[in-house]
Amino acid sequence: MAGLMQRANLIAKAKISKLLNRAENPTETLDYSYEQQLQLLQNVKRGIADVVTSKKRLQMQTDQLEQSVVKLETQARQALAANREDLARQALERKAAVQQQLQGLDQQIQQLEAQQEKLVSSEQQLQAKIEAFRTQKEVIKAQYSAAEAQVKIGEAATGIGEQMADTGLAIQRAQDKTEEMQARAAAVDELISSGTLEDFTSGGQTQLDKELGQLASQSQVDSELAKLKAELGPGGDAPKEIEQGAPEREEQEQKQ
Amino acid sequence: MIVRLMGEGQYRVDDGQLAELNDLDDAAVRALEAGDEGGFRSAVEGLAARVREAGERLPDEELAGSDLIVPPSDLSLDEARELFSGEGLIPDLPG
Repeated sequence: MAGLMQRANLIAKAKISKLLNRAENPTETLDYSYEQQLQLLQNVKRGIADVVTSKKRLQMQTDQLEQSVVKLETQARQALAANREDLARQALERKAAVQQQLQGLDQQIQQLEAQQEKLVSSEQQLQAKIEAFRTQKEVIKAQYSAAEAQVKIGEAATGIGEQMADTGLAIQRAQDKTEEMQARAAAVDELISSGTLEDFTSGGQTQLDKELGQLASQSQVDSELAKLKAELGPGGDAPKEIEQGAPEREEQEQKQ
Repeated sequence: MIVRLMGEGQYRVDDGQLAELNDLDDAAVRALEAGDEGGFRSAVEGLAARVREAGERLPDEELAGSDLIVPPSDLSLDEARELFSGEGLIPDLPG
């Protein structure tokens, strides 16, 4: 069996001759090939734009999830301060789940970054070769007889065709990667919207938010009550039931 | 001879390097056939490193065709099998 290097070479050359066989005469081959090159250049540019879009989407999700880590951490503290270890635990569990998602996203953003770099470098090489081909094409048309032109065209077309095959592979791999990432980003969106991984950063209140809000308003009622009692002066008969129902009373007393 | 490192560019390499490159190439084929992804990648990386070290980078505007082509070293085994299956991982050129 031939080595990898020969096989890769044969495959690239086969693609190129397939392309060249489509044109009838030498000049047509030149112009046809040039059009193909420009089309491929557009494809690379589109490929780069797609990678950048995917990357931005993942980066936005990362920002969202990072904000929710901060928020969940704050909520865990608030819950503990209010002696609600159950809520604090819930917040920390969610924080751990969000952090796990974040780790995966980071790696994927790096992979897209690498694809972007490869495509940009491929684009530059293709652009340089297209420019060289364009110059040579005009020289061949102007200076060579039909028989000589055939040889020159073959050489130039092989050189650029190889670059086209190389760039084509880079685009294809970047597309595969981008599709994979889009599926992944959609899955994170899905997780967020289905509530499995609640979007803590959106306006909507989570159960955790509501419970912590209730604790906060309860303690506000307690402190106003204490203020009223103080205004009425000592000896005022405060209703016992309300005091018993307020777990934050100790905290309020410490503050005073 | 001219060697292309896919995704990177072309190098002019002295013909005397061919035997060494072929050894690395054989190792890559064996790893591919054995389904050894790590071995495959390190063989292809070794091949590319040898070409970079011994060769001279051709300018991008050079239109010469290559004598040998080294696939990207970050190919997975599946991608490599597809690349060498004939129909190939390389898409048909636009047209």
